Amino acid sequence: MITRDPATDSNARTRSGPGPCTLTLLLTPALGLVVVLFGGGLVLGFLQSLGHLPAAGMKAYTLQHFQNILTDPDFLKSLGLTLYISAVSTAVAGALSISAALFLIGFQGPRRLVDFIFEIPLAVPHLVIATAVVFLLAPSGMISRMLQTTGLIDGASRFPLLINDPWCIGIIVTYVWKEVPFITLMVMAVLKNTGAELLETARTLNANRWQCFRYVVLPTIFPSLGAACLIVFAYTFGAFEVPYLLGQTYPMTLPVWAYRNYSDIDLMARPEGIATGLVIAGVIIAAIVLSQALTRMARRRGAII
Amino acid sequence: MKPLNRTIVGGLIFLAVGLPFLQLVIWSFSNRWFYPALLPQQWGWRAWQYIFDTAGAQIVGAIGQSLAVATATAVIALLIGLPAGRALGLYAFKGKDVISVILILPVIVPPLCVSMGLHHWFIRLGLAESFSGVVLVHLTFCLPYAVFVLWGVFSNYNPEFEDQARSLGASTTGIVLRVMLPMTLPGLVVAALFSFLLSWSQYLATLIIGGGKITTLPIILFALMTSGDRPVAAAVSLVFVAPAFLALLFSARYMGRQSMMGIW
Repeated sequence: MITRDPATDSNARTRSGPGPCTLTLLLTPALGLVVVLFGGGLVLGFLQSLGHLPAAGMKAYTLQHFQNILTDPDFLKSLGLTLYISAVSTAVAGALSISAALFLIGFQGPRRLVDFIFEIPLAVPHLVIATAVVFLLAPSGMISRMLQTTGLIDGASRFPLLINDPWCIGIIVTYVWKEVPFITLMVMAVLKNTGAELLETARTLNANRWQCFRYVVLPTIFPSLGAACLIVFAYTFGAFEVPYLLGQTYPMTLPVWAYRNYSDIDLMARPEGIATGLVIAGVIIAAIVLSQALTRMARRRGAII
Repeated sequence: MKPLNRTIVGGLIFLAVGLPFLQLVIWSFSNRWFYPALLPQQWGWRAWQYIFDTAGAQIVGAIGQSLAVATATAVIALLIGLPAGRALGLYAFKGKDVISVILILPVIVPPLCVSMGLHHWFIRLGLAESFSGVVLVHLTFCLPYAVFVLWGVFSNYNPEFEDQARSLGASTTGIVLRVMLPMTLPGLVVAALFSFLLSWSQYLATLIIGGGKITTLPIILFALMTSGDRPVAAAVSLVFVAPAFLALLFSARYMGRQSMMGIW
């Protein structure tokens, strides 16, 4: 869905271009705007993170700010927390999505309705779900009320802390609710096309359920499952709203930390905020490059994925 | 799977998706709801009255602001993205991989990094705290999305119809208006919807570039959530989620399934 393989553009294979001039004319407005705004934003951000902010009388070019954040013990805590949230959310959402896809692929019933229900979370903003999760999991939330009514707990204070908690349960629940349908639909798209026939072949060859899953389903879905999980990881690693609202005040996730520094009244904290933002971008890009390289290496060694 | 199990799992999915909204609806119609009651002690319209009457100037204003920003972003993304999507979907040329990477980066790298970098530059250009500044920063990630959708639309589009129209004497404008647009309309609507919803739910980029002057709905909702007035936060959440539901119903009715994949 996200990246397109040029070889799949049916028209592109057969048609020759209308000449470089027309192509440039068609592509320039969009690419130009993206390069200027996105590239410009990153470059200017980088300059500011080096301490170059002429309007504020800062004209240095130094790696001091990067050094400051990287040697700050709180930074490492924030990095660890952010990695924890992203990794757990992605793993849980990925596992649930595989089961959901396997269930939906064999589902016979009001198909359109179920698909529609599954598409709802895709379009709902994270903020709305964060609000609903607070209503559900807060000490005075719905679950706590139910437990109190049934007599399982004695007062809201006895309910375990699930919002603004050290394990970030509220944040992870929000992300899982939001991302499971996304990964599931990505997985189903390939499973629907190629999975059914292959599975049938495997069954006629007497494969058991585990073998079917391991040697047919998993290799079929792996590329799109991996791509979807990577997108989810990248998103949850760089997102601000949910951890800001549902997280603890200390330690904060990296994006919250970056914004706190950036919006500090002390202008000197600003380069550190931007430097943190660039570290976030760096981790995300590194994760993408690394996972591509690992997949390629595993394939070369003959792993069936 | 046995039919009973199927019903149970199906029911669980329904419950998991529906529960958040059910809670928001109940909270928005509760005037008094003390712990540990399972339903409000007193139902009522207080929250809805508050957002459309008492604080109407502020919240209805924010709805208008959000609609204006998201509509402007979607229209510009569609207009600029259409030629690019056509070029990428229809023709073979060198450098498509590079273009793909250029377009994927703004989608994956969080808006936080870019907005912080752009802010300083936007202040000097007079774009900070302005409507056009916020639209521009939204375009940074909405436009690549629109281009990806349109790329897909045009790779399934058969341009031979245009040749036929031309051989029958149609003008270029005629071809665009009466061949290309009608044939690609569903895809174009999806691209516009994507961009609209992406811009509509954006918080941090708006906050950084808009600097509190451009108060869109998510900025109001954010303030409400930290203030702790649950019924009002619930009501605003429902207003905030309404366009997403309308878009979903529209796409389910006209586009067939899986058209909303791009928004997650």
